[in-house]
Amino acid sequence: MSKKMHVKLKVNGKEEEFLAEPRELLIYTLRERLNITGPHIGCETSHCGACTVTIDGKSVKSCTMFAVQAEGSEITTIEGIGNPDDLHPLQTAFKEHHGLQCGYCTPGMITRATKLLEETPNPTEEEIRFGMAGNLCRCTGYQNIVKSIQAAAAEMNAAKEAAE
Amino acid sequence: MKDEVTREERVDNLKGLGCSRKRVEDARFTQGKGNYVDDIKLDGMLFGDFVRSPYAHARIKSVNSEPALKVPGVLAVLTADDLRPLGLHWMPTLAGDKQMVLADGKVLFQGQEVAFVVAEDRYAAADGIEAVEVEYEELPVLVNPHEALKSDVVLREDLVAEDGSLPDGAHGPRKHHNHIFTWEAGDREPTEEVLANADVVVEQEMYYHRTHPCPLETCGCVASMDKVNGKLTLWGTFQAPHAIRTVVSLISGIEEHNIRVVSPDIGGGFGNKVGAYPGYVCSVVASIVTGKPVKWIEDRMDNLMTTAFARDYHMTGKISATKEGKITALKCNVVADHGGFDACADPTKFPAGFMNICTGSYDIPTAFLEVDGVYTNKAPGGVSYRCSFRVTEAVYLIERMIEVLAIELNMDAAELRRINFIKKEQFPYKAALGWEYDSGDYHTAWDKALKTVDYAGLRAEQAQRVADFKAGKTRSIMGIGLSFFTEIVGAGPVKNCDILGLGMFDSCEIRIHPTGSAIARLGTISQGQGHATTFAQILASEIGLPADSITIEEGDTDTAPYGLGTYGSRSTPVAGAATAMAGRKIRAKAQMIAAYLLEVHDNDVEFDVDRFVVKGAPEKFKTMKEIAFAAYNQAIPGLEPGLEAVSYYDPPNMTYPFGAYVCVMDIDVDTGVTDIRRFYALDDCGTRINPMIIEGQVHGGLTEALAVALGQEIAYDKQGNVKTGTLMDFFLPTAWEVPNYETDFTVTPSPHHPIGAKGVGESPHVGGVPCFSNAVQDAFRPFGNKHTNMPHDHWRIWQMASKLGMHD
Repeated sequence: MSKKMHVKLKVNGKEEEFLAEPRELLIYTLRERLNITGPHIGCETSHCGACTVTIDGKSVKSCTMFAVQAEGSEITTIEGIGNPDDLHPLQTAFKEHHGLQCGYCTPGMITRATKLLEETPNPTEEEIRFGMAGNLCRCTGYQNIVKSIQAAAAEMNAAKEAAE
Repeated sequence: MKDEVTREERVDNLKGLGCSRKRVEDARFTQGKGNYVDDIKLDGMLFGDFVRSPYAHARIKSVNSEPALKVPGVLAVLTADDLRPLGLHWMPTLAGDKQMVLADGKVLFQGQEVAFVVAEDRYAAADGIEAVEVEYEELPVLVNPHEALKSDVVLREDLVAEDGSLPDGAHGPRKHHNHIFTWEAGDREPTEEVLANADVVVEQEMYYHRTHPCPLETCGCVASMDKVNGKLTLWGTFQAPHAIRTVVSLISGIEEHNIRVVSPDIGGGFGNKVGAYPGYVCSVVASIVTGKPVKWIEDRMDNLMTTAFARDYHMTGKISATKEGKITALKCNVVADHGGFDACADPTKFPAGFMNICTGSYDIPTAFLEVDGVYTNKAPGGVSYRCSFRVTEAVYLIERMIEVLAIELNMDAAELRRINFIKKEQFPYKAALGWEYDSGDYHTAWDKALKTVDYAGLRAEQAQRVADFKAGKTRSIMGIGLSFFTEIVGAGPVKNCDILGLGMFDSCEIRIHPTGSAIARLGTISQGQGHATTFAQILASEIGLPADSITIEEGDTDTAPYGLGTYGSRSTPVAGAATAMAGRKIRAKAQMIAAYLLEVHDNDVEFDVDRFVVKGAPEKFKTMKEIAFAAYNQAIPGLEPGLEAVSYYDPPNMTYPFGAYVCVMDIDVDTGVTDIRRFYALDDCGTRINPMIIEGQVHGGLTEALAVALGQEIAYDKQGNVKTGTLMDFFLPTAWEVPNYETDFTVTPSPHHPIGAKGVGESPHVGGVPCFSNAVQDAFRPFGNKHTNMPHDHWRIWQMASKLGMHD
């Protein structure tokens, strides 16, 4: 055990400050320290993406980042993406198009998809499949995940157009 | 009173059978509010984890826990010596064998549990594991079951008597100290006689490699022993929570009423979460020892290396036919690698599961199957990875034998299937290996599939491609993968299906609330199948209350009725049937209430969608909602108040879903890269409850089939080291590798299931594996390929091409 370090970061808009060992993984911080259990652990080797969160505008697998590396950053998890009264279009679309089954990959999947649609608001199927390839799903075969993301993109683009 | 709502609208309002109802589970999952076992946090909860063996076969000379106990945060270290006084250092397996909970003098596979470190958190537990000193003496390693059957090396000394004799195993006499059982089905001599005298005979060895279900969530549990009340609560990733409760009670001695087992949300199962694992036992003991809740969660490497492999069948098929292609006999020999302990998850009387469905969809008059189970230095398991018990192996065998026979006969494989299918009028069909297929219409499904994909056109295109390849115009070849499968699911009838003596019935209990909504509880547990959505639909159609007004609950043994859980596609065939039958009991009482309210005789009212109407006077009716209220506020002569029912359903037979799949694949012979251009899947699962969910199940099952056929394996080296212990090496397809699938269906209802449903979750995996494999093999058929073992990853496909001289 080595000396604890001071970490200050913002999760879903809330300031958090704590002392952590340098080896503490960010997913552990989120799940165990902060009780944010939306992001899940599926592999701890960066392959499955169940732990995906957004850090300073980038999709990051929080199982292979130390909490101390996230010092000063702004983190968004699935809990910060929508709420029961104001769901994100992706959350609605995943339900509407059966884009999930066991739900274990879903928080990471949706969190990643929010970034994909920010980066590529009008993605082709190929761009979705490539852009989501870091997130594994064992249940759906991805077909309905692709469909859900396409539907959310259409919905978001229509809303944007209506607002302009 | 005039009814403003049409009958059709009333049907739609129920969202019952046949409705693509959106899932009620999704709200919490899409918002990160699922409650999986690792999300459970209790006051003072500790974390336990294992010291695991780096060796596949070794004697344990000593275990020194002292250094670990000095590590900050470590509270206890359990070893076999600590569990021995409790009789818990070994535990019974589902297959009638026993398994070490913690290494008792030796280890039999890499990753085996040696000691259990209990600490304040995961980091301290990991530090403690590092500090435990274990001294091993390496022993010769057996990773090949054929060699194990000849070897002098004894893997299980505990199963050899002092005089060197071999006591019978759970399934009869044993032939060798590394032999577990021989299981036979069918008639050996008549089969051999037909094979000896046939026009055409072909024999083929094939290895169905070891793989793993690998759900995205690994296995785990939280055990909490409340010493004040004497109650043990065990939350965990259990596909069969009630059976786990009984097993825990039997092995721990805690009375069953003092044990509550809860399966919370489960992040995929696929068979991985059927068995009982050392982690569960150690967590319970650790909670008793420390007086605090103890959590154990596998990491991915633990999961792939130790809990629940699948397949690992060395199969030899021999099939005979007339010159015209009519199959006359099938013989199948299997050497089954069960690893260090026989922990296969099968109904107890079926040590090779339902491998005896290996005559497939064909009218084969004579057949014989022989399976030998063997111990090796590999992890125990042998679960049904997204299939009913060993059905994927059976279907792979027959669907490859058909292809091999087609090559021998120089026939088209689709036509060969067609002339051998069991005919519609032959159902119920008694197969040579014992099963009675309940229903089927294979020719209709096959013709529809071949027509949809323009089979003749595909063959013409393939012939042109072969010509082009031979002319040097292309380096790409084309395969047309065919498979026609019959599953056997819904285990099962108590007369022949039990697990450790527990009959494989299932159950449903319904309570109708006064205002016309309801709760139903079942003995099953969803792991993503959407039970909360679909079982409410079954009930909605049966009792006439909207599915949206029905809560479905599963997985808490304190509240749910006893059932054997969810695996082997048994939920819809068994618990779904119980749901319908319980619903019918509700309806029967509702009829009496309605008749009383309408002041007519019971027989003068009839059920219509959501109400009982007076026969011949449809304007006189009572809705189920009104009836529900009456059940609670009227004193009805001869009737008890309330509206509740329970059904324990013992199915009279299995159900037999079937399907016709076609895969069109292009293969680059210089890189071995496969491109699935088209995949068509026709499934007949009988009555369709929720088409949206069926389609989702098919997509998912096909993708798991793609994985297994095209690259996924648990591989060992000669020292018994697992070579595929992380997701870097163990293939899980990403969105990038997976095609879009076309789904289709026919409907042949099960004649014995109350609503005619058959189950679908596993069919696409069972049918998909041979379909993908056949596509690869078919591409190479014109170049001389007869059979090549899976997995067909790019490198192995490149090797296939090379062996056939296609790189020359």
